[in-house]
Formats: sequence, C-alpha cells, structure tokens
Amino acid sequence: MSVRQSLLAILNQGPCYGYQLRAEFDRRTGSTWPLNVGQIYNTLDRLERDGLVQKADIDADGQNYVEITEAGRAEVADWLGSPVVRTMATRDELAIKLAIAVTLPGVDIARVIQVQRSATMRTLQELTRTKNATADPESSDQLAWLLVIDSLIFAAEAEARWLDHSESTLSRSRAAGLAAPLPLNTDVPKRGRPARAVQAGA
Amino acid sequence: MTASDVLLQLDGVSMQYGHGETAITALAGVDLSVSRGELVAVMGASGSGKSTLLTVAGGLTPPTSGEVIVEGHWLSQLSARELATLRRRSLGFVFQDFNLIPSLTALENVSLPLELDGWSSKKAHHPARDALGIVELTDRAQHFPSDLSGGQQQRVAIARAVVGGRSLILADEPTGALDSMTGELVLRMLRSRVDAGAGGILVTHDARHAAWADRIVFLRDGRIVDESQPSTVSSLLSGLPA
Ligand SMILES: Nc1ncnc2c1ncn2[C@@H]1O[C@H](COP(=O)(O)OP(=O)(O)O)[C@@H](O)[C@H]1O
Ligand SMILES: [Mg+2]
Repeated sequence: MSVRQSLLAILNQGPCYGYQLRAEFDRRTGSTWPLNVGQIYNTLDRLERDGLVQKADIDADGQNYVEITEAGRAEVADWLGSPVVRTMATRDELAIKLAIAVTLPGVDIARVIQVQRSATMRTLQELTRTKNATADPESSDQLAWLLVIDSLIFAAEAEARWLDHSESTLSRSRAAGLAAPLPLNTDVPKRGRPARAVQAGA
Repeated sequence: MTASDVLLQLDGVSMQYGHGETAITALAGVDLSVSRGELVAVMGASGSGKSTLLTVAGGLTPPTSGEVIVEGHWLSQLSARELATLRRRSLGFVFQDFNLIPSLTALENVSLPLELDGWSSKKAHHPARDALGIVELTDRAQHFPSDLSGGQQQRVAIARAVVGGRSLILADEPTGALDSMTGELVLRMLRSRVDAGAGGILVTHDARHAAWADRIVFLRDGRIVDESQPSTVSSLLSGLPA
C-alpha cells in the first residue's frame, strides 16, 4: 500500500526519525489519513528488512534517524513512474450491501438507495463547504490538501451518480417484472469452491 | 427565524398539464420553503418536475392546487398586474441557455427588468452597473452577448436576476451548458449573492454543484422523496493545513 512508498519518498528528501516522518506524511496529505507512530515503525522495519532504508545517526536528543538506500531511491522512482492499479474486486461495502439487499424479500431497496444518497450528498456538501472555506493555495502543502479534498469530492459525486443510475436500473427491471427476491438455494453447496464462483481477487 | 426571513413558500403545490385521461401530474403536493441566506438545490431525473417547480414558484404558471407565497404575498390573491410587478421586483430567473437579448449590451440586458418596471434607462444603469460589479464584469458592460464567453453570459444573467435588490433567484440548470471550472465560478457568484441575503433555488442534476446548497431536495415523479442537509460540524476531515 502507498504508505510504504510515501514514507520512502519523504525519506528521499533526507534522513528522518519516526515522529518526524509521521508529521511529514500528515502535512502532505492534509491529515486525511492519519498514521499512528506504531504503523510508521512497522513500515520502517519492513523497509529496512527489504534493504530500502538503513539506520543512520542518533542525534543529541536520542532520535534514531533512518536514511534511504540506493535500492530505496530506485523504488521511489519506480513508484512515481508507474500507475496505481485499482484491483477489480476491491470490496466495496456499499456495492455489497445493495447487491445483497436487492436479492432479499421485503426490503424497500428504493429506500435503501435514498437513505444512502442523502448521506452521500451530505458528505459532498460538507466537503464542498470545507473546500470553499479554504483560500487559494499559497504553499505546496495546501495544494496537496486541495488535491486530496478534490479526490474525495469526485469520489462522492461518482457514488451519487452510481446511486441515481442504480435507481433507474432498478425501476426499469421492476417494470420488466425482474426484481424478485432470490430464495435460499435448497441445493446445499458442497465443500470447496462453488462451481460458478467468479474468480475475484482476494 | 421570523416570517419575513421566508422568501418563498410552497404549500401543497400540485401541477397538472392537460385534462382527463392524458393529464400529466408534474408536481404532487410539494411543500418547500426558502429563507433569506438559503440556497436550496433541487435534484431529480429528467421529467421529475424540477422546471415545473421553478415556473410555479416564480408565478409564471399558477399551480393546479396549493399555494405559492412570495415574500408574504399569496400569489393566488394577486391581480395579473400585481403579480407581474411582484415578479419584476422580487424574482430573478437564470436559465441554462442564458436567455440574454442579443441586440442589447450586457449593461442594457441587466437594466431591462428595471426599465420594464418604469425606471428611466439612465436611472436603471446605476444599479445595473452595481449588479455587473457583483459578478465581476464591470469591464464588459458595453459588450454584446455574442462577444462574451458562456460563463460571462451566465454571469450577466445572474446580474440581471439580482439587479435592483431582487431577492429570490430561481436558477434552472444554470451550469448545464458550461464546463466544470466555469460552472464553479457561476456557482460561486450565486452562492455569494445568497450569502449576502438573497435566497435561491438551484435546479441541477450535477451532484457536485448541488453540494453548494444549504439543503438538497430530491424530486421523483413530482414528489419530494428526500432531503439532505449537512451537519453543522464537519466530521470528515481531521485537520486542515494552516
Ligand atoms: N408545458 C407542458 N405541457 C405538458 N406537459 C409538460 C409541460 N411541461 C412539462 N411537462 C411534463 O411534466 C413533467 C415534468 O416536466 P419538467 O418539469 O420539465 O421536469 P424536469 O425539469 O425535471 O425535467 C414531464 O412529464 C413533462 O413531460
Ligand atoms: Mg427541466
């Protein structure tokens, strides 16, 4: 996950100690995904094991500095040069919820969608307010934060559009008499993989 | 909130087009109010009744049943003349396609509602200039619509909607014909007019634009099915850079 590469990219600027790395990560991502210091040390341990960082000096205050290695620098360049690939089957709580709900008897799926859309729009309103209350960026950490908040705004918008689309899909399939609940299968599955399981990643 | 803060109120408003078998119910028992300083977004699929809601709210067509109250005036109680006056003095419309008059300059377009209300054009130009200032187009006052970009034309339309202190803005897909950044600028202007004490309804199908509103209502088949309003304290983001 990108925490590892992010920390490495920060270390590429110069040696850091744990708390310092945490502060640098927070500052550059607008504290949107706060890390605890335990996660930082765990990540540093693994980076050291993989030869991407190594122990450096200990300063007068007893802070243990870590520095990047040549292999680490190569990894940073690699990360920045390649796309982030979203796995097809990332579990999406909302998609799972709607998929299950649509197969159940006695569920007002239109209501489920409505409740969700209100919540999604509320999120979008709050994000928009936060963004609008912020002046144009004057430093690169503010610019970084603007990119992050825009990403959250566009994700919420996509969710709202998907919900609208689901609502239409649902009413069209209802009109066609399709939206019947799925009863339990009495043909009890054998152990092991179901024959028709879609090969979705872990 | 005092009664005078409520700029617009729809009480059980229904609207049918046509009669008998072929009648179409465009609005069915809609209750909605808009106060000073409040921007309400209306979302909903095409055909859900959004434009009808605006034309009824703006007194352009009387509802089949229910009551529309603008700044305390019951529209059903007004004569045609009083209604026309109220519309000119209190309401401003903004449409997707800007609706500016091509043969008039930006300044003349903005002055027009005041002139229709009996102002001399000399006298009308003063508040019209102020309104153009609000949308940051003072330097385009003498331009004709054909010399303005889409975003600038829509800003002229917003100036025309608010000129002379009119306080209720009814906007039907005002960003529909604009690119994302330009649309955002137009919204910023609309939002700042509302923050300065106007009230508005913003019809849009763009969730990102609706999110600029204080409240969002969803229409389906002429009914309000849902409302959303943000909590007062943002719980989403733990910190902002200083
Ligand atoms: N002038 C009209 N005469 C007849 N039917 C109309 C008229 N205007 C709108 N409608 C119908 O009323 C319904 C709502 O339309 P409208 O208010 O334009 O919806 P929206 O703006 O959400 O797309 C639709 O079914 C539309 O066909
Ligand atoms: Mg419409």
